[in-house]
Amino acid sequence: MKKILATLGLLTAITLPALAEAREVTITTELNAYRGDGAYLAIYVTDAAGKYQRTLHIAGGKSKYYKHLLDWARGSGGKASEYDGMTGASVSSGDSLTIKVDVDDALIDAGYLVRVDSAVEDQREHRIDAEAPLTTAGSGQAVVGKGYVKSLTVTL
Amino acid sequence: MLRRLHSLPGLFAALFLIVLATSGAVLSLSPALERAVATVPPSGAASVAEVAARVLAQYPATEQIERLPSGAVLVYFSQDGNPAADIVDPLTGIRISAYEPSPIFAWIKDLHRSFLLDDIGRGAAGILALLMVVMCFSGTFLLAYRAGGWRHLFSPIRGTGSQRLHTQIARYAVLGLLVSSLTGVWMSAIRFELVTEAEEVEALFPEEVSGGTPTPVGTLNALRAVDLQDLHQLVFPFPDDPNDVYSLRTHQGSGYIDQETGELLSYSDYGSAASLQTFIVELHTGEAFWYVGLILGLAVLMVPVLSVTGVLIWWQRRRALPRLVGNTSAQSADTVILVGSETNTTWGFAKTLHDGLTAAGYHVHTAPMNRLEKQYRKARRLFILAATYGDGAAPASATQFLDKLAKVPDSAQLPWAVLGFGDRQFPSFCAFANEVTTVLRQRGWPQLLETELIDRQSAQTFERWAAALGNTINTPLTLRHVPLRRRTTALLLTEREDFGVEVLAPTSILRFHAAKRGGPLAALRRLLGWSGLPSFEAGDLVGILPPGSDIPRFYSLASASREGVLEICVRRQERGVCSSFLCSLQPEQSGQEVRAFIQYNPLFRPARGKQPVILIGAGTGIAPLVGFIRHNRSHKRSQHPMYLYWGGRSPQSDYLYERDLQSWLQDDRLTGLQTAFSRGGDRAYVQDKLKADAVQVRALLEQGGQVLVCGGRNMAADVAKAMDEILAPLSLSVAGLKAAGRYLEDTY
Repeated sequence: MKKILATLGLLTAITLPALAEAREVTITTELNAYRGDGAYLAIYVTDAAGKYQRTLHIAGGKSKYYKHLLDWARGSGGKASEYDGMTGASVSSGDSLTIKVDVDDALIDAGYLVRVDSAVEDQREHRIDAEAPLTTAGSGQAVVGKGYVKSLTVTL
Repeated sequence: MLRRLHSLPGLFAALFLIVLATSGAVLSLSPALERAVATVPPSGAASVAEVAARVLAQYPATEQIERLPSGAVLVYFSQDGNPAADIVDPLTGIRISAYEPSPIFAWIKDLHRSFLLDDIGRGAAGILALLMVVMCFSGTFLLAYRAGGWRHLFSPIRGTGSQRLHTQIARYAVLGLLVSSLTGVWMSAIRFELVTEAEEVEALFPEEVSGGTPTPVGTLNALRAVDLQDLHQLVFPFPDDPNDVYSLRTHQGSGYIDQETGELLSYSDYGSAASLQTFIVELHTGEAFWYVGLILGLAVLMVPVLSVTGVLIWWQRRRALPRLVGNTSAQSADTVILVGSETNTTWGFAKTLHDGLTAAGYHVHTAPMNRLEKQYRKARRLFILAATYGDGAAPASATQFLDKLAKVPDSAQLPWAVLGFGDRQFPSFCAFANEVTTVLRQRGWPQLLETELIDRQSAQTFERWAAALGNTINTPLTLRHVPLRRRTTALLLTEREDFGVEVLAPTSILRFHAAKRGGPLAALRRLLGWSGLPSFEAGDLVGILPPGSDIPRFYSLASASREGVLEICVRRQERGVCSSFLCSLQPEQSGQEVRAFIQYNPLFRPARGKQPVILIGAGTGIAPLVGFIRHNRSHKRSQHPMYLYWGGRSPQSDYLYERDLQSWLQDDRLTGLQTAFSRGGDRAYVQDKLKADAVQVRALLEQGGQVLVCGGRNMAADVAKAMDEILAPLSLSVAGLKAAGRYLEDTY
């Protein structure tokens, strides 16, 4: 029941953004100082089961490399319609990326997660490099990443 | 035009190309190095399922297995929460080494593709690759054009040291360079979206998975069906997620595999366009075939040599031409001066004429005769200043003139005048200038002025001709010709050997070194092997300016500059200004410096290859022949069997190089030696010895042999007559062999 409600809420968020209640969320991704070129990042929302919901931001200039953002590519099918207008430059080693996005209220405190997939040229990809809950309780708390991501902070 | 298309991009890009090529060559090692440490089982020896099972046994926390194009197998895993990667043996799953992409290679890669400047640098690298393509093509066309057609593309190369090195290397490297640069251009075009990239078609993520208990990876059917060689990447499912799947990428396509059933849930081929694109990239990086990578690397390693020799060639050619101030372009000039010159002295006269006409308000275009254009749109008159090479042949800068002239339509005819240059002592005085005159008359083009022949650079004759020319074009022309100053090197005699005084043919072998070899840098120079001599090969000529004269006398060189000595043979002529001067020199007498310069004579050389070479000479004509024999060493790939026929006066008195020749017979530099002496008991001339050896001479020529003759004109004529008799049974002639480049003469 909760899931249906949530899905409904998400649908509303997508189809009627102007009418839906939304909140601005700040997401900060800080990278480790690794050796290599700038990292490609996919920042997206999944449900509690890890199923892809929507894309928040893609860092990286060349769409042909987006398939290396493995789980994001699986869930979104890599379709341009999923990320149109949400892309930016890749993030260099040691830098951090802060984005502000409007997230529908229905997604908050409803078991949804913000996830980061990452990839660097000539080096390995990381599925679920970092994952943080979209909860008021977890707001502002940094989560440690396991790959190129040093920490992920979601602030409501 | 073709040459410009070759040299302009080259000059512009030389330094950058050196960086690009050197870094590329280093990078080409990477696939081979990776391959060297990897275990690469042959096709069919291991399936992906087997490898995955072995790896998982060693690395329980395996997240991903990857096969690099080089063949190395990588495993990505987590250790204490930290990501790590190892190269493993696919047959055992055991660790070979940690996988750490070399930071040095990464830096060089960045240098190679973007000069460390990101997008601007990438653009520059792409343009450089395009220039390289242009140079490969223009260079190949240039070589074919120079050699006289595509069939001769691999015939021996004539030219100075750097020219030969440049062409020789380029012939081998051009294919590799083309592959590297074309693929590089392609990659750059894709990067900057000048061509649309074919995207790999991706498999869709499956809608449904079985979600049951995972089966061991080694038994999964879909993985058992894939050979390790086809693997690109296998991503393992998260261990605690039954709904996760294996995702597989091979060389052909991508797909997802169920953890429980082991079936392919979805699969898609990348498509042939995308696969071709990947192949192009892997061809460039050498990842497709590590050995091809090494070959390409070797080819691009030649780029620094090609760049340096190319710039040297350009510079030498530029220096050889006198500076023409305000040379009008061919199509906007009203007056065209064409110059056929062997020694560049004719260029000095051309410059005087050019300057005089320009000062009188004409728009003058001056160029070598070989650069005759099919049409000069605005030209009203054509002046040809032509020297003659050897026995009436066209000089180096005019060898293609008559062929080109034949292709000029009569509709483009111009009123013309010819001025010949030469030395009246020689029978073929101004023969080439006369030939050009005859051809132009036959074509019926209007002749402005009778052809004038200038003897030994006579400034008076030239000034008289110019005055007559001024009358015909209604412009007073008073020209003062000042002979062109040549850049000379001061030489000092090292040692001398004297012969032939008893038979009234005083002859000396003179060896020189550069006068300036002391000074503060002397030790360094010696260490680096710099002799201070200009560069030359045996067979080239040295022009010597006797004191108080600006007219050089030429002598054939018996040594090459790398030996650190300049060696000539001089016969003292009665009343000979230069030979008397040279023969009076004493070793190491400061104040007895000799002013000299090198005149390249690249046409008079043994051809490359292993064909027999018949050397024929008399008197001091032995000098270049001795040089050829001395350098005919067995360690060279092109050692020829060499046969020397030489004529002197008396074996007791003027047998030049006797001891050397005997020792070269011993060490196979010389295969046969026949001497003829015109005095004493067994009187004979060199042509008599040839006739006596007719059977052998014929046999050598039937093997593709080559004849080089050096000596006086009369002797050369006698030898040619004898050779024609010898050749008759083979239906060959001296003229035919000359046309084929197999009968060369250097006469005086």
